[in-house]
Amino acid sequence: MLNQYETVFICTPVLSVPQIKETVKKFRDSITENGGEMLHEEDWGMKKLAYPIQKKSTGFYYLFEFKADPLFISKMETDFRRDERIIRFMTVRLDKYAVEYSNKRKRLQKQKTEKEG
Amino acid sequence: MAQNSSEIRYLTPPSVEIKKKKYCRFKKNGIKYVDYKDPEFLKKFLNEQGKILPRRITGTSLKYQRKIGQAIKRSRQIALLPFVTDMMK
Repeated sequence: MLNQYETVFICTPVLSVPQIKETVKKFRDSITENGGEMLHEEDWGMKKLAYPIQKKSTGFYYLFEFKADPLFISKMETDFRRDERIIRFMTVRLDKYAVEYSNKRKRLQKQKTEKEG
Repeated sequence: MAQNSSEIRYLTPPSVEIKKKKYCRFKKNGIKYVDYKDPEFLKKFLNEQGKILPRRITGTSLKYQRKIGQAIKRSRQIALLPFVTDMMK
């Protein structure tokens, strides 16, 4: 049984752009290698945090949307916890309304990028 | 007597406020899912200290108030909304 999940994680602002790419790649690979399926990913870039985390006031936000086995989530979360480059993460399971909403959101974004491009 | 009582005159006319009926914006607009990734929208349900506003003020139905609460708490967890603050608006 695969469930649909969504993970938001925040990388430390001390990293350089290739280092962030590498971190993101690590987690993306770990999802696909463990029988998951990447559906969507978003880079929100550097954002100001609403409150300091580990004495840092900014962070690089990243969003993953994927399908994975429930057992894999706990494994992924320990990986997140062990990785010092990640200062915060949150995984949420998407219910049917959330899936509907995220599809709509993706469609709108696509339209927006097409208009700009 | 009954006629007299209807002719009571007040020194200051009683203010009859026409209350605008509150409504649930989720039911009205057919919103099914409250997104935690949109802090600007969720700020409508917070006071200036960052506390969640009660239903009696916003008029949200119970079903969606629970979802708002959930979304705000998630949003706080990933530092999109503050736990405590002052003068947010």
